[in-house]
Amino acid sequence: MGTETKQLQWQENSEQTVLNVAGTWNFEQGLLDFAQFKQELESKPKLTHIVCNAKSLGPWDSSLVSFLIQLESCVDEVSYQNFPSGVLQLKQLAQAVPNSQTNETLAPRPSLTERLGLSVIESLKQCMHFLSFWGECVLSFVRFFQGKANYRRKDFLYFLYDAGPASLPIVTLISLLIGMIMAFVGAVQLERFNAGIFVASMVGFAMAREMAAMMTAIIMAGRTGAGYAAQLGSMQVNEEIDALKTMGISAFDYLVLPRMLALMITLPLLTIYANLIGIFGGALVSTWVIDVSWQQFWDTMLDTVGLENFIIGFAKSCVFGVVVALTGCYCGMISGRSATAVGKATTSAVVLGIVLIISMDSIINFVSTMLGI
Amino acid sequence: MIQSTSALISSEDQTHIQVDNLTLRYGDRLIQENLNFEIKRKDIFVIMGGSGCGKSTLLKHMFGLLEPAEGDVRFNGVSLWQQELETRQKMMQRFGISYQAGAIISSLTLAENIAMPLELYTKLSKAEISELVSLKLMMVGLAGFEDYYSSEISGGMLKRAALARAIALEPEVLFFDEPSAGLDPLSARNLDELILTLSDSLNTTIVIVTHELASIFAIGSNSVFLDAQSKTMLTTGDPNYLLKTSKDARVQRFLRRGDYQQPKETI
Ligand SMILES: Nc1ncnc2c1ncn2[C@@H]1O[C@H](COP(=O)(O)OP(=O)(O)O)[C@@H](O)[C@H]1O
Ligand SMILES: [Mg+2]
Repeated sequence: MGTETKQLQWQENSEQTVLNVAGTWNFEQGLLDFAQFKQELESKPKLTHIVCNAKSLGPWDSSLVSFLIQLESCVDEVSYQNFPSGVLQLKQLAQAVPNSQTNETLAPRPSLTERLGLSVIESLKQCMHFLSFWGECVLSFVRFFQGKANYRRKDFLYFLYDAGPASLPIVTLISLLIGMIMAFVGAVQLERFNAGIFVASMVGFAMAREMAAMMTAIIMAGRTGAGYAAQLGSMQVNEEIDALKTMGISAFDYLVLPRMLALMITLPLLTIYANLIGIFGGALVSTWVIDVSWQQFWDTMLDTVGLENFIIGFAKSCVFGVVVALTGCYCGMISGRSATAVGKATTSAVVLGIVLIISMDSIINFVSTMLGI
Repeated sequence: MIQSTSALISSEDQTHIQVDNLTLRYGDRLIQENLNFEIKRKDIFVIMGGSGCGKSTLLKHMFGLLEPAEGDVRFNGVSLWQQELETRQKMMQRFGISYQAGAIISSLTLAENIAMPLELYTKLSKAEISELVSLKLMMVGLAGFEDYYSSEISGGMLKRAALARAIALEPEVLFFDEPSAGLDPLSARNLDELILTLSDSLNTTIVIVTHELASIFAIGSNSVFLDAQSKTMLTTGDPNYLLKTSKDARVQRFLRRGDYQQPKETI
């Protein structure tokens, strides 16, 4: 049985050049080095016609087919003798002109300037997309207030639960730790100026105005916003959104509205809760590290931190609720139709969410400083 | 697979796959029991039956994805399920599988998908692998689509790409789960023809799940018919022969697309 490896032998007589193809052709033992073979071929006097003979061919596989196809590409005419029909059939199959179904032309790769232009157009398109998404959302809300929006109350309640009570543990943990960390940092510094009691103002002010709203929004972007993007993205993959559309149901009313409403309601409430927990964490550390009583801490905080700070924090959280819900739903709705695309949608929901939260925060701070609040 | 021109091993009537008293279950739920049939070398073996009767499940038991509750599957007389995991995996490398939904990995290009088994199981160089990958894509009519992702090609092309991946290691047995489901009749026929040509020239045994009557009669050389109600096989044999001779009304109704009246029994 042919265990010897593949062999090619030239055999020349007056009429024709014969290439004897022999031995075992097994692709797992490596393919024939065609470049080397081609050199050998070119060192011979110019050949226009080769007869391939396979009378001592052993077991074979597609490595042989691959060789024959390459051979045909550099010799004008090749004829075959004693080849198993399978070899020739496979060769034909590989050389067949693709039928019309697969005959799609390949787009040429664009040049650098072209790519630059295309990416600018693409970004502009995305901005337009985002704006029209906004518009659709607003219309959907209008329908909601008119009582015409088609959504399931059960869905809404589920999202309300998921974004509210179900998020309490993580919000509790993070805001407690934030409050404690700020108190630690502040207490040590202020104590050096004998002003330890003002740690209450510091924690209260920072929590009320900045930290509670921002940290809660970031937590919710990672937890709920990413979840929305993944849910809507996989619906896109399963063509569920198309199915809704063809049934005449607005995907905005049915899918986006309940999610947005839920986050817009829960995020401000969670922020109020985070405020209380954070201030409690600050008080906990203050009574422990420096000589301040619970009562003193509370009174000092109320005296020095005005109500307007809490109101600004609350207003921020209302804005952040919209931002987180909008980015989550937007990234999910524009997701592509593959597993990778859903992953990308989820990531960009979180990244875009956090970027927008921090930029909105800076803008609000800037405006409120200008207004002197 | 490596094949020989010598007549010594190409004895046509050799039994290749043997299914012995196989019982399929998901947990406690019985899907099929008492399955016994044989597949000869170079057969195109069709698994038939209504939706949900367990065709895909049977296929998954045959190529080693699911462990049978009872019974065994033998390849060339060697049991698949009484092996150590490692030996079984060696056997499974000789199978080429095309899943129901294509299962082309979406984060890889077509070329990378087809190169994957070659990279895993052979010691070929990058250049050699890319040469083989191009050849396989050419064979299924997808020349030039190396750098495309599965999301960028049509359903019919996806099935072809899955076929190219299945034949990447030149398997001894090819398993297909509804290869032409969701294709238009013309593409389905092209795919059937492709499968037929490939198996003929690669000397592969083929096990295929399909509902397409046209394919069943055109390419099937042997078959088994599963039934969901009695949870076992009704019959096995050449589908054309079954059409002519089977007395079972359920088989006849399936093969004739429901156009079958049971002959009146004489009392
Ligand atoms: N992973 C699974 N777990 C439990 N039951 C399953 C699983 N996959 C399929 N089934 C059930 O097994 C039966 C047979 O399924 P399947 O083999 O997919 O049928 P088909 O003949 O249509 O390919 C069906 O009733 C299905 O609900
Ligand atoms: Mg199935």
